[in-house]
Order: sequence, then C-alpha cells, then structure tokens
Amino acid sequence: MNTIELKSVAKNVRRSIIEEVFLAKSGHPGGSLSVADILTVLYFDKMNIDSSNPKWEGRDRLVLSKGHSAPALYAVLAEKGYFAKKNLKTLRKLGSMLQGHPDMKVTPGVDMSTGSLGQGLSAANGMALAAKLDKKDHKIYVILGDGEIQEGQVWEAAMSSSHYKLDNVIAFLDHNGLQIDGSNDEVMGVSPLDEKFAAFGWKVLKVDGHDMDAIKKVIDEAKLTKGKPTIIIAETIKGKGVSFMENQAGWHGKAPNEEQMKIALEDIKRGEA
Amino acid sequence: MNKATREAYGEALVELSNNENIVVLDADLAAATKTGSFKKACPERFFDMGIAEQDLMGTAAGFAASGKIPFASTFAMFATGRAFEQIRNSIAYPKLNVKIVATHAGITVGEDGGTHQTVEDIALMRSIPGMVVLSPSDDVEAKAAIFAAAEYYGPVYIRLGRLATPTIHDENYEFQLGKGEVLRKGADVAIIATGLMVAKALDAADKLKAEGINATVVNIHTIKPLDNELIVKVAKEIGKVVTVEEHSVIGGLGSAVCDVLSQEFPTLVKLIGINDVFGQSAAANELLVHYNLTTENILKMVKSF
Repeated sequence: MNTIELKSVAKNVRRSIIEEVFLAKSGHPGGSLSVADILTVLYFDKMNIDSSNPKWEGRDRLVLSKGHSAPALYAVLAEKGYFAKKNLKTLRKLGSMLQGHPDMKVTPGVDMSTGSLGQGLSAANGMALAAKLDKKDHKIYVILGDGEIQEGQVWEAAMSSSHYKLDNVIAFLDHNGLQIDGSNDEVMGVSPLDEKFAAFGWKVLKVDGHDMDAIKKVIDEAKLTKGKPTIIIAETIKGKGVSFMENQAGWHGKAPNEEQMKIALEDIKRGEA
Repeated sequence: MNKATREAYGEALVELSNNENIVVLDADLAAATKTGSFKKACPERFFDMGIAEQDLMGTAAGFAASGKIPFASTFAMFATGRAFEQIRNSIAYPKLNVKIVATHAGITVGEDGGTHQTVEDIALMRSIPGMVVLSPSDDVEAKAAIFAAAEYYGPVYIRLGRLATPTIHDENYEFQLGKGEVLRKGADVAIIATGLMVAKALDAADKLKAEGINATVVNIHTIKPLDNELIVKVAKEIGKVVTVEEHSVIGGLGSAVCDVLSQEFPTLVKLIGINDVFGQSAAANELLVHYNLTTENILKMVKSF
C-alpha cells in the first residue's frame, strides 16, 4: 500500500480511536494514538494475514503487549475487515466482543490476550518457538510500551528471545516517553534503550514511529535479521494527531468529553498524518 | 512399593513423546521435576527457560496459542506463587491448552524448608476460573492423570510430590477426570483425602476396622471440578466427614468439600491439613508427624465426633 493510502487508513484509525473511547467513556487514547501508524503499516502493508481466515496457521501474528492500546488495534482490525466497524461502538460495554484489553477468545484477529503489562513478549516467544519447530517462516510482531519494560518479565523474555535465536520475533518499542505518573525519566528511568536491548543480544533498529515510509523500510530491514530477535525503537508522540493530547501524560487513560471529541476529530481531519 | 509422583511424570512424558504436539518447558529444574527424561528422549521439543518462572508460563501460553500442548514444570511454590498472574492472565484467561505440572508441593519437600514448601497452591489454582486441578495419590494415578491432562483441552494444574510414597493403585486402574474414587466402603465415617494422604487414610481405615469402626475412604484426585455428587452422597449416607490433605486447611480439599456440603447437605466436617502455618526444615517424614499429617491423627479425628 502506498504512503498516501496508509495515511488515509491511519486517519480513519485515529478517528475510530477517539470515537471508541468517547462512547466507552473510558479507555486509553494517548498510547493508542502513538502506536496507530505502526499498527496501520503492519496490518495494511507488511503482515501476511487473511482477515477472512483469522486463525490461518501460516499467518504472521501480532501480540499487543501494551494491551491498553486496544482501541488502536480494534480500529485497525475493523478497517482491515476482521469484523464490522459498528462493533467499535460497543467497546467496554457489557457483553461486547471488544473488551477493555485484548481478549483472543472473543475478538477475531486478536492473536493473544494481553493487558497485564510485561507478559506479551513471553507469549510471542512461545509462538516463535512453535513456528521454528514446525519449520514455518511467519513472523511474530510484538508491541511493547516504554513504561511497560519496567516489568521484570520483559527482561526474562528478552533473554529467551535471544537465547533461542528467535529471528522471527520483531518487536516495536512505542517510545513516547510518557506513562501514567509522568515521564519515564521521572517515574523509573528506562534509558539507554538501545544499549540495554543490544546487551541482551538483540538487533536494535530505530525509526520515527509516525513516518510511514520509514516504518515500512525498518520492518523490511528487521525481516532480514538472522540468528537474533530485532527490536525497533520507535520514537513516537503520545496522543499524536490530537492537539491537546499530544505529549500529555494526562491523556494516557482518560476519555474526551463531547466538546473535546469534536476538537479531536477536527484535528485529525486537518492533520497531515 | 514406594515411588514419588514426580518419577511417574518423567515416565509419562517419555510415553507421550511420540505426540508431536507435545512440548515440555522447565525452569532449570529438569533433574528434580523429572522433565529431564523428556529432554533426553526428545531434545528438540524440550525448552529450558532458565530461572524465570513468569517467562516459563508466558512462553507456554504462546506455544499453546500456536496449537502445541505445552507441559510447563517447576516447583509448585514458584509455579503457583511466583507466576500466579501469568497463569491467570496469559494461560487461563485466554483458556489456553497448557498443562502446569508442578512438583515438590507441600511440606514433604523436606529439608529445603518453608520457602520451598507451598501449602497454598491448591487454593490459588482452584480460585482461577476454568482451571482443572489434579492432585494424584500415587505414581500410578499420577501417570494416568498426566495422560488424561494431555487428552483434555484447556488449562490443567497437576500437583506432584518429591517424596517416594506408597503405590495404592494397580496397573489396571482407570482414571476418570472429575470423579472421586471410593476405595473403602463403611457406614461409620467418611474419610475424604487427596495426594499422599490417601495412603494414610487407607491405613487409618484398616486400623479402625480392627477396632470395629467401618470407614468409607474417598480419593479426590480431581479437586476441580469437584465430584459434588459423590461428596453429597457420602455425607448423606454417613453423616460424618473427615478431610485429609497435605495443604493448608484454607482453600484446599477441606474447604472445597465444605463449600459443597454447606450448600447442599450441611454436615459436620473435620479438616486435617496444615493449620495456617508455614513449614520448616526437616526430613519429610518427620514433618508429616510434626504437622499431624499421620494415620494416628486421622484415627484421633474420627473418634472425636
């Protein structure tokens, strides 16, 4: 898919994120907006998937380890045709197929249940080891949050990915720099990200997480890595595309009111990305 | 003959190794949990995850999400304690087909002491929605339970021990998941036991018989889903129930039996188990005596009605 088309899809995704969270009256817009472009490129350009056959064994998989960005994943899956877009209006409502955090039991296209932070990379490693056993060459994508890597299990799993030479694991670190209580630096420093992962035996790549062409290119580069897992540190803006949400930790887990929703949708409509 | 249930696990895994979907994961305890036998038989499907139980459970979940049947093993303390939330959220919540086979449960870990002696694992595992909880009584039953778990689709917790204990079943034994096993029939008292305490319950029944007291002995190898029907039936017929387990009286077999009986047929139940204390270092058999997990204490409890 070309860049103009990807940007157009990402705009729809951002609009859906705002509408979903507004209607649910709760949820996590900030981190959903920061990861929207990455998910759009993956699902619309890079992942080998079939939305009419979500359980196809040979598919690429994606584990949204930062599960609170579910509104972004749901928006992308709906755009891709895994389920009807009208379902987005039911996010977080009783009996909905769209739970507050991803639930693989009820949502077509969700490859792993996540939400409790720090657990996704381990599951991705299990999927990657299974693929190696079966001699299949599909990839396992993982999306980690920068605050999330404060969880110890992430580093247990990072050791395993490297120990088992899981070059079919491609992780993105959505580095927007913010978490609930403030910046990463204020809450619990995570730097230096590149050196940490390199020391754990990973290939480390960097990208502007809102530049469609650059994201495409970096994924192609990651796919070429042999004998080790790859992490792509994506520099992103929390709340990207909505003026009053950008770089505001306060919009991590809060729904806009009606007036804010309208401004947000206007911002997205006008916006370049 | 005395044999530890963990030994039976190692043998069962080797027998299961021709099933290509089975993978085995351990956390640097393969020699102790006996998964080492599978590692030897089938090295390409054995994965040591290092001393990292949270990652162990998460990786097992990922294998299951890709259609494998992972057996994830470590000591019961670390499986159910350290990795409780990974078991809940990465395995049970998505209803993934992972078999958590935990050895060294209870106080019969022995000399390693209280840090390693979990008496809470049954309580933790049975509180998780959809989790099947198995607690076999001897090596024959342990093997059968492993085979049954491999056949069943969904998360299963299997509690095994370190200590060699008496074999009470013969090789023709047929294990039925979810069904209690009546080992003795008697009208005077019902002894409902699990794990290594079943052998002691049988011993107690023999001694009681010599004194003219006839005991029913029920082996509950499936703590969840519990055989409510059998438990209510026994309570109705006999009226006096003693539960016996190498686990805390809080949340284990005794609690599970009381949950059923209090609602369906209120019956006086006496609980034998660990009474809300931690274990300590000593030889396993010394500890069983110290914490009153003995034939003598069962006799005493039966006579106290």
